[in-house]
Amino acid sequence: MHRKRKGTRISENCGKFKKWQGFLWILPSFFGALVFYLLPYADVVRRSFLGAVDNRFVGLVNYRIILDNTAFLLAVKNTVRFTLICIPILIVLALVCAVVLYQSKYGGMIKSAFLMPMALPAVSVALVWRLLFHSQGLLNNWLEHLGLLGKDWMNTPSAFWILVVSYIWKNLGYDIVLWMAGLAGISENIYEAARVDGAGEWKCFLNITLPNLKPSFYTITVLSFLNSFKVFREAYLVAGDYPHESIYMMQHLFNNWFRNFSFDKMAAAAVIESLILLGLILLLQKAWDSGVE
Amino acid sequence: MMVRRLFLWFILTALAMLALYPVLFLVSGSFMGKDELWDYLGAVVSGSGGYADFPLLPVYPTLRHYVQIFLDSPEFFVMFWNSMKITFGVLAGQLVIGTMAAWGFAKYQFPWKRGFFLIYMILMLLPFQVLMLSDYLVLDRLALTDHLLGIILPGIFSTFPVFIIYRFFREIPDSLLESARLDGAREWQLFWYLALPIGSSGIIAAMVLGFLEYWSLMEQPMTFLKEKRLFPLSIFLPDITSVEQSGMAFAASVITFLPALLVFLGGQDYLEQGIMAGAVKE
Repeated sequence: MHRKRKGTRISENCGKFKKWQGFLWILPSFFGALVFYLLPYADVVRRSFLGAVDNRFVGLVNYRIILDNTAFLLAVKNTVRFTLICIPILIVLALVCAVVLYQSKYGGMIKSAFLMPMALPAVSVALVWRLLFHSQGLLNNWLEHLGLLGKDWMNTPSAFWILVVSYIWKNLGYDIVLWMAGLAGISENIYEAARVDGAGEWKCFLNITLPNLKPSFYTITVLSFLNSFKVFREAYLVAGDYPHESIYMMQHLFNNWFRNFSFDKMAAAAVIESLILLGLILLLQKAWDSGVE
Repeated sequence: MMVRRLFLWFILTALAMLALYPVLFLVSGSFMGKDELWDYLGAVVSGSGGYADFPLLPVYPTLRHYVQIFLDSPEFFVMFWNSMKITFGVLAGQLVIGTMAAWGFAKYQFPWKRGFFLIYMILMLLPFQVLMLSDYLVLDRLALTDHLLGIILPGIFSTFPVFIIYRFFREIPDSLLESARLDGAREWQLFWYLALPIGSSGIIAAMVLGFLEYWSLMEQPMTFLKEKRLFPLSIFLPDITSVEQSGMAFAASVITFLPALLVFLGGQDYLEQGIMAGAVKE
């Protein structure tokens, strides 16, 4: 009791400090974030308005240059195309797997198999990919057994589809876990009530499972989208700095600009991309807020 | 109904096998002798005719490539230790700094808390390419390019573990903290005796996810390290242009994968909790 009273007195004396006391826990971390991320990012924003050679203020010139740059447009186009194709496939496939696995006793083992690719380093994957998708590789061998004609997968537009498959292969387990967490949040009572009313399995799925998974759906979409930027790892390892143009992604572009010291272009592109992502992240926040209603 | 269920299971099992296939492929290749590899992969490796072929298990298993790596390739050990230094350097830093920050966000009030939290979330979600130039600018100024610390320090201040651990700390009831305070516990004691033990599964989850991330880290070392002696295993792409080396390449890939596999098998439950923690509303 005595100690408590003393505590309140101190807090009255230095109320201003007290208000910030909790922040002390965050201080080391925030200081690091400031030095390594926030201040340098501010510098990048500043640089995006400066000329490459003389560091003079040039207004929006850098932005205009990259928006006319064919490599930039190609990378944006590929990235958008990639995202629009593989994210719906991934999300639906993961949902189907999650629903089936969720209802079964042996789901755990299969889920482990799907999660395993998360642990496999990209360099190891690249070795397998090179042997599988080579023009004389395993995939073409199997295709020939089936009487089909193979092709040089990585040097034709099919490279794009290889990348789609890689992304799904790597992220399926992750999304299954997220969907299963969503499924676990649906109360069993609702299902029982519906079954008593004579609803079949399919009807339950459509009218109970899907609507209840809506909050998970938003989250999974955004997280899958953000993970899709990491598919560059496999693309780079298999195809190098200048891959087939169908898999030339934003990260390839940034790497090439970095090597040429085109920091002005990099800065402008980083600002544009971060603004777009920022919009998506705020959207996710809103989805989370509406999810708890 | 029964038929449909069986059919779904069949597809799922097939998909799971497909997911595991690359792993089996690597392991089996690493135990194959030179001649066997030549028979199977000659077509890809050195452009002889026909197609590559690959059985699931080696016919004449051998440990030769592993022995070769352990005895004859010191540069492999250097890379292995670089990977270890990066991964454990980052994780040790995150353990201290990230855990503290998570505790602060979970249980204390201070001005502009929501704003700080939003900044942390944005930093967590931005891909490397957006932060690449900023990262380079600061490392250049601190003279940390071409230095392992240039990879480790930004990793320590990653906001991802803060976010994961935060979720677990939130679950600790406030009443527990209040009663400990009434009993005279100081703030650091609350952290040490309550937060750390109760939130330990969250901390482990963050560490498991962090291990998998930093063990396969590619973009940062590729961008910021020029000297070969600093390269971690995660950017070592073995040469497979000759059969002699392709055996080593398989063994090297398996050894690279092994620590991640152990962490995965040992920490799968934590991994799943960590994945979920990253997605659930606070």
